[in-house]
Amino acid sequence: MTLDALDTGRSATIRAVDWSAIVADEAKRLRALGVDEGAEVTVTHRGVFGARDPLALRLGRMTIAIRRAHALAIEVDPTEAKAA
Amino acid sequence: MSRDDPVRTNAGHRVAALVGNPNAGKSALFNALTGARQKIANYPGVTVERKAGRLSLPPRGDGSPETLELIDLPGSYSFDAASPDEEVTRKVVHGDFPGEAQPEVLVLVLDAVNLEQHLVFAQEVLELGRPTVVALNMVDLAERDGLTLDPEALSQALGVPVIPTVAVRRKGLAELLDAIADAEAIAEEDAPRAHLTLPERRLAAKHMARGAILSRSTRHLMENGADRILLNPWIGPVILFALLFVIFQAVFAWATPFADALEGGVGILSDGVIATLPEGFLRDAITEGVLAGVGSVVVFLPQIVILFFFILLMEATGYMARAAFLMDRLMAGVGLSGKSFIPLLSSFACAIPGIMATRSISDPKDRLTTILIAPLMTCSARLPVYAVIIAAFIPATSVGPGIGLQGLVLFALYVAGIVGAMIVALVLRRTLAKGGASGFIMEMPRYQMPALKDLAIGLWQRAWVFLRRAGTIIFMATIALWLLLSFPQAEPGESQLDASFAGTIADGLHPVLEPIGFNREISLALIPALAAREVAVSALATTYAVDAEDEDVAAQGVTGRIAAQWSLPTALAFLAWFVFAPQCLSTIAVTRRETNSWRWPVFMTVYLFALAYVFAGLTYWSAVALGL
Repeated sequence: MTLDALDTGRSATIRAVDWSAIVADEAKRLRALGVDEGAEVTVTHRGVFGARDPLALRLGRMTIAIRRAHALAIEVDPTEAKAA
Repeated sequence: MSRDDPVRTNAGHRVAALVGNPNAGKSALFNALTGARQKIANYPGVTVERKAGRLSLPPRGDGSPETLELIDLPGSYSFDAASPDEEVTRKVVHGDFPGEAQPEVLVLVLDAVNLEQHLVFAQEVLELGRPTVVALNMVDLAERDGLTLDPEALSQALGVPVIPTVAVRRKGLAELLDAIADAEAIAEEDAPRAHLTLPERRLAAKHMARGAILSRSTRHLMENGADRILLNPWIGPVILFALLFVIFQAVFAWATPFADALEGGVGILSDGVIATLPEGFLRDAITEGVLAGVGSVVVFLPQIVILFFFILLMEATGYMARAAFLMDRLMAGVGLSGKSFIPLLSSFACAIPGIMATRSISDPKDRLTTILIAPLMTCSARLPVYAVIIAAFIPATSVGPGIGLQGLVLFALYVAGIVGAMIVALVLRRTLAKGGASGFIMEMPRYQMPALKDLAIGLWQRAWVFLRRAGTIIFMATIALWLLLSFPQAEPGESQLDASFAGTIADGLHPVLEPIGFNREISLALIPALAAREVAVSALATTYAVDAEDEDVAAQGVTGRIAAQWSLPTALAFLAWFVFAPQCLSTIAVTRRETNSWRWPVFMTVYLFALAYVFAGLTYWSAVALGL
């Protein structure tokens, strides 16, 4: 599944990123921020007034904002949900 | 001793540069070390700010350097530059920047809380093999988040000294300066490091961070709690808009007493000049020219300071990035991103800092569009113009509980500017600034208590830019206008305005502006107001003051004169004109500098004047047709 399909509050491990779908400078920026294969991310917030854009991700102790277009290029394996 | 000896020529003086990720607290550390002794300029040829400060190093009498020049380099995630800022950092650190000496010591600033992430870029910096000192910053916040760090272990892993600091509390500064003074010897012992790939660096960073963390509690992070409310998709935007409303209220309400005091001060000064100087050219030049003109502008200082206080506060606390997140969807609608929100918000105070703030937008097309629409945000320089016209023509009646008609008109003018900007952005993104990424990737810094000192330094720098402008451009423009208005002197029985050079110029301009309802006084006032919008008010004041033969009429003030002589359609057209007209030399100059070409400032000026002319005309003829 893509990162875009991950529910808010859920975590996942990045399996693959389709870098060709992202503009070169943005790809550089994402990689520098740690968005890359193997990284564990949590979708913490999403959009305003019900919109799907943008997304807030937690990576380690850092929170970053990205757009849905980026999330669609990121393949993830969801981490098993903890018992609520 | 030879002058060519590289060690000796610089003995006693040392140049160090702060490098690190954005949000590592570099600027706070820079402020803490240099205080207000900062020199801010631009790197030649690029629009990246160069901040430098000088300070003395602790004296030790062993020939170690005594003074330090500290440079605050733009924050970088990597030397593989993705923005002009990062490009500057890369070049300066490598000694590749023309005209900029390579820093002798690098002060690598790491955020203690975000160690794993910051250690990735840290390895790139250390691979250079330059003398380096690490400032492990914000150790207090790490403790708040339940992290206990071991600087010794980190120092071992990195091979350079590590000094724990808390920039905002001035902790660890003396130790850091000592380490900077000693840096050379330590770094030279180390062999050049291996060049790793990014995934390798990330893995190494993970190991080093683990090794440096003594204990970590699973304490709940404050961010999560605060963001749950502030970034909530429903409550978040409501809080943001409420905050913006409070800010604009404050700008108008809180500033009034200060503005009145300033105005009173100018009046007292003017009376003093009248009492001391003999009647004649010099006295008139000072009172009617300088004090009337510059005084009418300096009055806006309180509003600018208040607006910037809130903007700096939003930035310092970390909320500004959240505001950008919340605004992103809206901005995406016109082809921009949340990053444009900060420059555009600043532009409500003044387009100059707003346009300068577009540097944080990495996509060039996004940035260009934001620069081109920034002058459409209602800057504080328009307020005097709006205030005078509204006071003269709009009755202070109430249209609802707590809503005055005057305030409503002012609000409508703000909205007109915003809507205009959005439409222009939409058009530009489909035509001239087509394509590009228009993505939105942004780190959201941790929430933080702002340091008063950093706020004070920021406010002072912005107030100074404004005052310098008032003291130069506006000063010259008012003097020039006063001269044009006063010469040649009128024959008895002839109006001074008609006889003056300015009158002649206005006669030439008037036929062009007459179709949109502008009278001759407006045509005249618009000439000096090309320098700065607020000059329009002082120009009208000067025009009517010079023209008033009788003291009583002069005392009526500009509001009274306008109310008596202008028609309502003319006044409304004048307001519409100022929503769009790019009457600000500084904005055009800063656009030239920020876009590095004449093409865009010329384009901006032409399109905004065209819009101003069309909308003033539409307003005038609609008002006439409605029989107003």
